[in-house]
Amino acid sequence: MLREGDVRIPSGCAIAGIFSKAGERMSGAGIIKSIATMHDRSNGLGGGFAGYGIYPEYKDLYAFHIFYETQDARDNCESFLERYFDIVNLSKIPTTRTSGITNEPLIWRYFVYPLPTRLADSQMDEKEYTVHSVIRINTRIEGAYVFSSGKNMGVFKGVGFPEDVGRFYRLDEYKGYCWTAHGRYPTNTPGWWGGAHPFAMLDYSIVHNGEISSYDANRRYIEMFGYKCKLLTDTEVITYIIDYLHRRQGLSLEEAASVMAAPFWSTIERKPPEEREKLRYLRNVFASLLINGPFSILLGFEGGMMALNDRLKLRSMVVAEKGDMVYVASEECAIRTLEPAPERIWAPKGGEPVIITLN
Amino acid sequence: MSIDFLYPEYEVIRNLDRCILCRACERQCANDVHHLDTDIDRMVSDDAKCVNCHRCVSLCPTRALKIVKTDHTFKTNSNWTGESITEIYRQAATGGVLLASMGNPKDFPVYFDKVLLNASQVTNPSIDPLREPMETKVFLGKKPQKIERDRAGKLINNLEPNLELSVPVMFSAMSYGSISYNAHESLARAAEELGVYYNTGEGGLHNDFYKYGKNTIVQVASGRFGVHKDYLQAAAAVEIKMGQGAKPGIGGHLPGTKIVGDISRTRMIPEGTDAISPSPHHDIYSIEDLRQLVYSLKEATAYTKPVIVKIAAVHNVAAIASGIARSGADIISIDGFRGGTGSAPTRIRDNVGIPIELALASVDQRLREEGIRGNVSIVVGGSIRNSADIVKAIGLGADAVYIATAALLALGCHLCRTCHYGKCNWGIATQQPELVKRLNPDMGFQRLVNMVRAWQHEIKEMMGGMGINSIEALKGNRLMLRGVGLNEKELEILGIKHAGE
Repeated sequence: MLREGDVRIPSGCAIAGIFSKAGERMSGAGIIKSIATMHDRSNGLGGGFAGYGIYPEYKDLYAFHIFYETQDARDNCESFLERYFDIVNLSKIPTTRTSGITNEPLIWRYFVYPLPTRLADSQMDEKEYTVHSVIRINTRIEGAYVFSSGKNMGVFKGVGFPEDVGRFYRLDEYKGYCWTAHGRYPTNTPGWWGGAHPFAMLDYSIVHNGEISSYDANRRYIEMFGYKCKLLTDTEVITYIIDYLHRRQGLSLEEAASVMAAPFWSTIERKPPEEREKLRYLRNVFASLLINGPFSILLGFEGGMMALNDRLKLRSMVVAEKGDMVYVASEECAIRTLEPAPERIWAPKGGEPVIITLN
Repeated sequence: MSIDFLYPEYEVIRNLDRCILCRACERQCANDVHHLDTDIDRMVSDDAKCVNCHRCVSLCPTRALKIVKTDHTFKTNSNWTGESITEIYRQAATGGVLLASMGNPKDFPVYFDKVLLNASQVTNPSIDPLREPMETKVFLGKKPQKIERDRAGKLINNLEPNLELSVPVMFSAMSYGSISYNAHESLARAAEELGVYYNTGEGGLHNDFYKYGKNTIVQVASGRFGVHKDYLQAAAAVEIKMGQGAKPGIGGHLPGTKIVGDISRTRMIPEGTDAISPSPHHDIYSIEDLRQLVYSLKEATAYTKPVIVKIAAVHNVAAIASGIARSGADIISIDGFRGGTGSAPTRIRDNVGIPIELALASVDQRLREEGIRGNVSIVVGGSIRNSADIVKAIGLGADAVYIATAALLALGCHLCRTCHYGKCNWGIATQQPELVKRLNPDMGFQRLVNMVRAWQHEIKEMMGGMGINSIEALKGNRLMLRGVGLNEKELEILGIKHAGE
């Protein structure tokens, strides 16, 4: 059977997110409880989490979380890292044995910083250098896969139900101001942990529910800019699109959202002239980055979170607020289990981004 | 000499029980096939003159006529076919180059017919175009590589001139001269009505049609016929014709007999002189020369119009396109070896060039590998026959398509492939006034609009089935395509998987 990346596997899913605008750090227990409520939206073949603000003691270093299939892969990867990065700390990621999780790879964590001389030679900025290095490890070093590479954030994922994956990684021992979660329902049997979600690049992480019909149009376009879609998943390509639009092109998140879930031309024509001009421009210039077909995504980034639906809203997604807390989930039950009495609860319209940032 | 006798390829069959001797067939046939034999009081026909254009068949009020392929035959031979033998007789008798019209009719693979489309089932929903918006608008032209902002942080519109199309279909180059005034008027009015563009070809722009300028692409070809300042400035875009799919590597020749009246004036050459377009542009012997012409035309139009470079699909098309994408051109148009023509040497038409599907797939892939796909849009033609071909072309990576043969069919062409005789009974490929007036532009324009609108509906249905509601999400979306009966190499070039994979 082909491994994920050699074959494209569509999935249905559940997503959930919790955000404290006050920056209050919460343990991972809450997000596990939330995603577990939507147990039937996943089928035990993938689950994962992203936490932000979890590594305050290393907040200026890139935290690489890496899966290794073999000891050789680890040796090769570590020698690569030593060549290009200053490794400040390395360790196995602590896990707990649970019956729902089997066949785990070696899972290691490194806190690193680009070697200043190498960085200067590369003529790239620090983020670009790190992105290039991560793509290089993932495409060139057999059996090694960097699945988290941001600062003061981390992704934890695997094959299993999300609540089992959360317990496996002992997420109740981490504290973050933002958590996102994903439960996967693939239509195939991916045995590989790298294929689980969230998918992350630098501090961007994406959890996504949907099967986009524009996949190959998006993939073939974004690959022009040095990205390599290795997993053939929607989540991967959406992450690269956001990285390209937000970090590399410098679009705001609202602008990026109006590229990915572009308003219909008929809607654009009804806007006031300045707005219309801008939307026409963005849709024309980035036409190949329109994401078509059903999706709901939660983008985590340093200091914020964005929720976005496809322009027809073909996937459910609900948002709720209570005080400084914001909740997002595929189903309302996943919010009510944490906050039975939110002050406001609503289903954002298709293509209408909900952007939440720290106060 | 009797050895030069060629038995007619088609026979006119007349049902004498139905024939009422109205002589409509006689009046309609510019080739003088029919006449009344007063001795026997019957209509008779000379099959040898028949080009099988169906004009008489279509207008016979009693349906007394039909045309059949003759069963007269040489001794069966898979190598020396009847066609090969008769061509030798014709050349032995005349010493001439064989001429032909319209696209390559030979039995080469049609890759569009070996590609199948996807549809949504279960894991994502199909979209119903009758109930949901379904968008077919496209823009052709360069895309900026970086966004720019002003001091206040507002996005600056740094787009270069683009063409906006309501549906990704344009009418391809056919010159006034190769086709009639009425055919041109039909195309121009249809382009305006549809929100797309038609192309003048290398025949200049008739004074009467300047009013359709915003829906007109003017062509600059190797003969430079009809090119002047007003012509360039009247148009929405300027196309440099480097080659044509039906006759890659050679120019064109409109005989002096067709250079009459308005045609002479529009081409800016004296009446009765042959209009000979050289094989190459004699100011373009290399890619750096092309760049100079591109920028000359941009200078002449004050950088307000996109420049298209049209090439024939030939073996090295990907590398050529890559060069063009760096030459300042905004749009590359590629014409496949099945593209039509008003006249071409038969051997060239039938043996030179490559299929558009393969050319498109390799150009799109090459430009992406080089990271310059955004520098240019790609328009393909030669030959696009229906809406499914368009969906497949866009799936392979095209931004839009050019149609010409299909447009002529909509105007009444019956594909008899004798445009070069100049006696088109349907009023399309002729300059004889009594024939030209058979094509009514009021009806012609409406039929073109009908056809493109019908295709647009079908494109929307197919897109909706795939769960796509905007055509830009289809562009280059090769996972939506699967090959059937193709070998590994063909699949590799097309960049698609085989059905079942």
